[in-house]
Amino acid sequence: MFCRLDVEDAVNHIVERPLDRRSFMKCALASGAALGSGAALGMAGIAEPAAAIPFGAGAETEADTRYVFEAKFYQKLPNHKIKCKLCPRECTVGDKERGYCGVRENRGGVYYTLVHSRVCAAHVDPVEKKPLFHYLPGTTAFSIATAGCNVNCKFCQNWDISQSRPEEVPAHFMPPQSVADIARQYECPTIAYTYSEPVVFAEYLMDAADAGHAAGVRSIVVSNGYMQEEALKAAYGKMDAVKIDLKSFTESYYSKVVTGQLKPVLDSLVTLRKMNKWTEIVYLVLPTLNDSDAEFRGLAQWIKANLGTDVPLHFTQFHPEYLLKNLPITPVPTLERAKAIADAEGLHYVYIGNVPGHPSQNTYCPKCRKMLVERVGFTASQVLIRKNSCPFCQQPIAGIWHA
Amino acid sequence: MSTTHSNRRGFLKQSLAGAALLCASGGIGNSAAAGPVAAGAKSKVVVARDEQLHGTGSSVDSQRMLALADRAMQTLFDRDHPVEAWRHLVQPGDKVSLKVNTLGGRGISTNVLLVAAICERLQESGVKAGDIVVWDRDSDELERAGFHLAVGGDRVQCYGTDRAGYEDELAAWGSVGSRLSKILTQRTDVLINLPVLKDHDGAGVTIALKNMYGAIHNPNKYHPDGCNPYVADLNMLPEIRSKMRLVICDATTAMYEGGPGYKPEHSWNANTLLVSSDPVALDHTGWKMIERKRAEKGWKTLAAEERAPRYIATAADAEHRLGTNDPNKISLIEV
Repeated sequence: MFCRLDVEDAVNHIVERPLDRRSFMKCALASGAALGSGAALGMAGIAEPAAAIPFGAGAETEADTRYVFEAKFYQKLPNHKIKCKLCPRECTVGDKERGYCGVRENRGGVYYTLVHSRVCAAHVDPVEKKPLFHYLPGTTAFSIATAGCNVNCKFCQNWDISQSRPEEVPAHFMPPQSVADIARQYECPTIAYTYSEPVVFAEYLMDAADAGHAAGVRSIVVSNGYMQEEALKAAYGKMDAVKIDLKSFTESYYSKVVTGQLKPVLDSLVTLRKMNKWTEIVYLVLPTLNDSDAEFRGLAQWIKANLGTDVPLHFTQFHPEYLLKNLPITPVPTLERAKAIADAEGLHYVYIGNVPGHPSQNTYCPKCRKMLVERVGFTASQVLIRKNSCPFCQQPIAGIWHA
Repeated sequence: MSTTHSNRRGFLKQSLAGAALLCASGGIGNSAAAGPVAAGAKSKVVVARDEQLHGTGSSVDSQRMLALADRAMQTLFDRDHPVEAWRHLVQPGDKVSLKVNTLGGRGISTNVLLVAAICERLQESGVKAGDIVVWDRDSDELERAGFHLAVGGDRVQCYGTDRAGYEDELAAWGSVGSRLSKILTQRTDVLINLPVLKDHDGAGVTIALKNMYGAIHNPNKYHPDGCNPYVADLNMLPEIRSKMRLVICDATTAMYEGGPGYKPEHSWNANTLLVSSDPVALDHTGWKMIERKRAEKGWKTLAAEERAPRYIATAADAEHRLGTNDPNKISLIEV
């Protein structure tokens, strides 16, 4: 489903976020009239929107078995307990309890995902919005999410779905083949798993990616990377590109602000590098919390040493949200300082995000410094890269530039 | 004055019928919070026991349950008649909600007969049947525990937050930021907390304070580190702290190992109600009961299993002051 925000909303909310619950349902009602024949979800073979249910009456019941599949990546323990092996939390979950993510549940000693095909947000987005700047610029991605997340970032822009249990959020039944079909119908070369945290819907992501590939549609993921290695290889091994949100470069921030850990995310980045998976990194800069020169420098040095200078790094602007409404918007000079430090450490592609019109949203050749990709908002208005190289000096430009 | 469908028998009869409408919201009254008593005074915890509560069968005798609840309330409030005790807490016009615990299913959920007894006394105290709501997170869990949904009309209400929804805005304190059940925020002047007595594989025990996890949209986020300090921080939310007047812990059947799901092999008929206005003192007392049973059965202490309920001390600390866990400040009255 593609629901257009009005222009003012689009400018003011150039962040990676789906509609809130009320807007989602409004759009679901309007989609048929606004988009014409062949475009409404109903005509794509998708179930009627949850807007048909009076708002506040709750989503599907927990007993809705079509969303419930035995989970992968877990270990059975005595006394009907299980240990989840999906992410580094390794939740030990008793009978009738759920893991930290809220979307996986132990029932009599068997662990289940509750969100397979249970889509609570679906949009057609420009791929630059993820942001992925070195992957098929100018194309769109059919972007989906389920409820749930395995961390609790105090600044989360999508907390109303990431921090909710699936039964608390209106959802559509969207099996993997439907995901692929809709992507093709909207002429999206890519499916994106995003908005909440795709780690927690790994099983669905894997099945949808398989269906997509069979239909000639690629897959990308926008993730916190907080995942165990085996699960990462199995799930993100099916991705054509990965964007990792690296929240900070200190364990204390990860502990206090994210309720996670830094090291497993760094390990995931190294694993993705070894898998030769195209990866971009976003670092959301929060004033006073993760904006020190030392942190920026440490981050840039680590990336250079472990991933190489060609990994794009996006320093993006924070907007007050969720549990951190007391902080100001990140000053642009702070972002520019971060970029300057990363540039000085030798990284080739350092961007500033969420600041419309900033020249650092463009791609420049690391050798001759000519502009190669011009971006206006989330639109790649000009792409000069030819045969994966700079047309001016023939410097190879890392990325996936053509389908 | 009872009517045919609003006394205890009527509640049970009504609860068989079921319904489908959502109840309208109510206002928020001013009320004194549960919690620590005046400086120097002790927190009373009444431990009311009836060894014949289950009679010769496996189910609880309803008359004995009513009598036990009456005895506990009269003792706690030092009154000669149970209605006088209840009038200490509620007044006509109050919207009263009873937060039960039904996660564990039949066997280790708040007993329907206890709830019926409380509903009867509340109505005798002047609270209208339609102003009483029995609730938990999920309607299906309520039904599995033996409750029958009842929504609308002039009878005692019974439904889950899945029918009412959560507030859109977050309520935050310390480490907790959650959306609260609209049953609590819009349908409750006086909150009666009705937990069960059982151990918990993460928190150590789950009694009064942790029962409020059923009032928020994201309890799964607050299980790391033995649920500490999350349990204490959650109970600091004004909507909970200001409205919770009383805790009646259903320890008619209790569990000492394997919680929160029901493990009949590790449960016992304690035939007890724990009653207090101090949820910390009550949780401390309940924890000790569980430890005594564990010792009797040859199990290690919860501390030895690295799951001592640290949240109880946090709830009592200087930052929270939700009650006391100091045995010297708890007046334990066994009746």
